[in-house]
Amino acid sequence: MHTSIFANHKNKSIVEIIAHIIFVVCALVAVMAVFAITAYMIINGSPALFKVGIREILLNTKWAPAAAEPHFGILYVILTSIVGTFAAILLGVPVALLTAVFLAEVAPKKLADIVRPAVTLLAGIPSVIYGLLGILILNPLMYKLEKAVFAGSSTHQYTGGSNMLSAILVLAIMILPTVINISESALHAVPDHLRSASLALGASKIETIFKVVIPAAKSGIISAIVLGVGRAIGEAMAITLVSGSSVNAPLPFNSVRFLTTAIVSEMGYASGLHRQVLFTIGLVLFVFIMIINLVLTGILKEKEEK
Amino acid sequence: MKKNKLMTVLMAATVAAGLLTGCGSNAADTTADATATDTATDAATDEATDAATDEAADAAATDTNADLSGSIAMAGSTSMEKLANAVAEAFMEKYPGVSVTAEFTGSSAGIESLEGGSVDIGNSSRSLKDEEKAAGCVENIVAIDGIAVVLDPANTVTDLTQDQLVQIYKGEVTNWKDLGGSDEPIVVVGREAGSGTRGAFEELLGLEDACQYANELDSTGAVIAKVASTPGAIGYASLDAVDDTIIAAKLNGVEPTEENIKAGSYILSRPFVMATMGEVSAQSEPVQALFDYLKSDEGKQLIQSVGLITVD
Repeated sequence: MHTSIFANHKNKSIVEIIAHIIFVVCALVAVMAVFAITAYMIINGSPALFKVGIREILLNTKWAPAAAEPHFGILYVILTSIVGTFAAILLGVPVALLTAVFLAEVAPKKLADIVRPAVTLLAGIPSVIYGLLGILILNPLMYKLEKAVFAGSSTHQYTGGSNMLSAILVLAIMILPTVINISESALHAVPDHLRSASLALGASKIETIFKVVIPAAKSGIISAIVLGVGRAIGEAMAITLVSGSSVNAPLPFNSVRFLTTAIVSEMGYASGLHRQVLFTIGLVLFVFIMIINLVLTGILKEKEEK
Repeated sequence: MKKNKLMTVLMAATVAAGLLTGCGSNAADTTADATATDTATDAATDEATDAATDEAADAAATDTNADLSGSIAMAGSTSMEKLANAVAEAFMEKYPGVSVTAEFTGSSAGIESLEGGSVDIGNSSRSLKDEEKAAGCVENIVAIDGIAVVLDPANTVTDLTQDQLVQIYKGEVTNWKDLGGSDEPIVVVGREAGSGTRGAFEELLGLEDACQYANELDSTGAVIAKVASTPGAIGYASLDAVDDTIIAAKLNGVEPTEENIKAGSYILSRPFVMATMGEVSAQSEPVQALFDYLKSDEGKQLIQSVGLITVD
């Protein structure tokens, strides 16, 4: 009566075949999802490009989608995403890299055991929490700074602290865990004999870290940065709360809108062509993410070939 | 051996069924509890709702229409969330056989769902556009909503003229001292393009596409929160969203109250539309009953209880 998979050869082979089919189906789900999403984005995102005109969308700065004479220029939105991501990387990566060096090379084990869970915890905090803290702490501080910087200016439009700088700071903190974790693994992967050789030649510990270990872990650190870029450019919830969400040139004290927040903030009420253009923004974002992924794959391949 | 197995299966099934029913009734209990606590803790406006629903329950006991069964799906404006939920709750109490579901996806999305046939009623917090009417949607105005101009609680300027409001939103006046207030920059807060509140606000003031927003936030709550926490901020929101964290400004010396809106002396008000595909008389029985309910005294009481103004 026992029907275990060990029963006999026939049953066993049936189980093997069924398991094989299940594995293939599961693997296909992921692949299908990628293809379906790509196809969906292209099908939904491209009509507006032709209706409004590619130049009119990508190179125009005026965003007035619900106006009587609508304008769908998203140049400022694209630039904001690029500048914002770049600035967040510029701020976040040095901090993250040095933290990774600290964890992998310098820190005594006890201290590393405190810092490492803290970093992991940072990665687990939902992005809306970052946004809320941004509203409560960052925006009021920014507003004070804004008033001080623009005291006496008659042309500046006050944003109440919801501006590009706030968004950049939030993004810089949000990419920390990604960059720290992956850089740290890259540093750990550097073989110990390199360190020993460097130290034996008379280099100090710091010299060894900066001239031997970090260069040896270069490709791993670059992929960490690229993943950080991916995280920053795809983030929506946290920055929609702190960035003010008006379409403006990406200057530090301007209220700005990112590619992600442009979709999030208007999807609810958009209709017709406006809605289609939001899909086009999604397509632009999708293309950006694809480029980032291709770069990442390139780096990883190069690493393997070494 | 086989018999034993069968017994086990049967027993398991019985236990499972018992568990399921247990869960079911528990769930019902907790929902009822939740509703009870909600109504208990909510502000004074809800007492009116209570009264309305009680009456509805009383009426249901005698009403032969209580046998009416079916379902009503509506979707649309987030501004109409309070109204739609209150109507759904009270209506389902009056007609226990009818289930009313409401989603809040935005006015345009709601009308789109209506055109697509996935809902019976599309809620819109603006008048229908010509192309929407051409697609067969019929505009049924069920209530009128006032839009309040909200200011941060420390602001000393609490009375604005229409011209001043227009100048502020056009970016022509940028400091409260120019309006007789303290030396504080004006932070102009508004809603995102496509929002019903923004559409109504700009249309009512003749400000279409002319507003210089410093912040374009994507919900009523976000506007209230931003204005409440930012010195010198000005924003706009549905009248029923006004709470004591902000000041609702007088316009042309007129307080934003129901009486003033009904009397026509307050300048910022807009219709709440429950759109249907074709006339109401061509709808399913439950939908017709819902519109009859809204026109009844009970329905009117309900509309008032959520801070809105009844039509006619």
